[in-house]
Amino acid sequence: MLETVMLIVFAMVGVSLLLNVWRLLVGPSVPDRILALDTMYINSIALIILYGMSMGTTLYFEAALLIAMLGFVSTVAVCKYLLRGDIIE
Amino acid sequence: MFEWIISILLLIGGCFILVGSIGLVKMPDFYMRLHGPTKATTLGMASLLTAAMVFFSTTQAGLSIKEILISLFLLLTAPISGYMMIKSAIHHKLDCIERTKGIDNIEDDV
Repeated sequence: MLETVMLIVFAMVGVSLLLNVWRLLVGPSVPDRILALDTMYINSIALIILYGMSMGTTLYFEAALLIAMLGFVSTVAVCKYLLRGDIIE
Repeated sequence: MFEWIISILLLIGGCFILVGSIGLVKMPDFYMRLHGPTKATTLGMASLLTAAMVFFSTTQAGLSIKEILISLFLLLTAPISGYMMIKSAIHHKLDCIERTKGIDNIEDDV
């Protein structure tokens, strides 16, 4: 049963990533694109965790943690650049 | 028993993540679009990471609690990144539909 549920959740996260790509391409303004990228890194963490579960290994946990930290830092850096025209003043 | 718990938590997490992304696509203006990813997707990730925690605790030796790290980190940082994004949206004076209220009360003090 768990394999079927994992396949369904894989499909759900994949559809979410496609919707985010659509918003990233269409998005009428720059903050929309930042929001789409911010959602995409969270969804990719979900995909990595699911892949690690289906492989039965905790090897991919560190990759997920690194993506979480770098994604947050990059989102804040891009927003700061939009606000002030500079990241570190 | 544990298989049922893991399956239900995984399905809840997948549904929340999907709802967040549908909200990102379907909402009419940016101030509404910000609601979906910052709330629904973060809750979905918390549920999915709880499922991973139960899965690795039951299939491998010992208690696996390091998934709490990612969960806690996401729950802490989602409001901060949402705040930064709404700040840059106000700074750019993005358009909004008429039903979005309170936009006149904001002073651009950036």
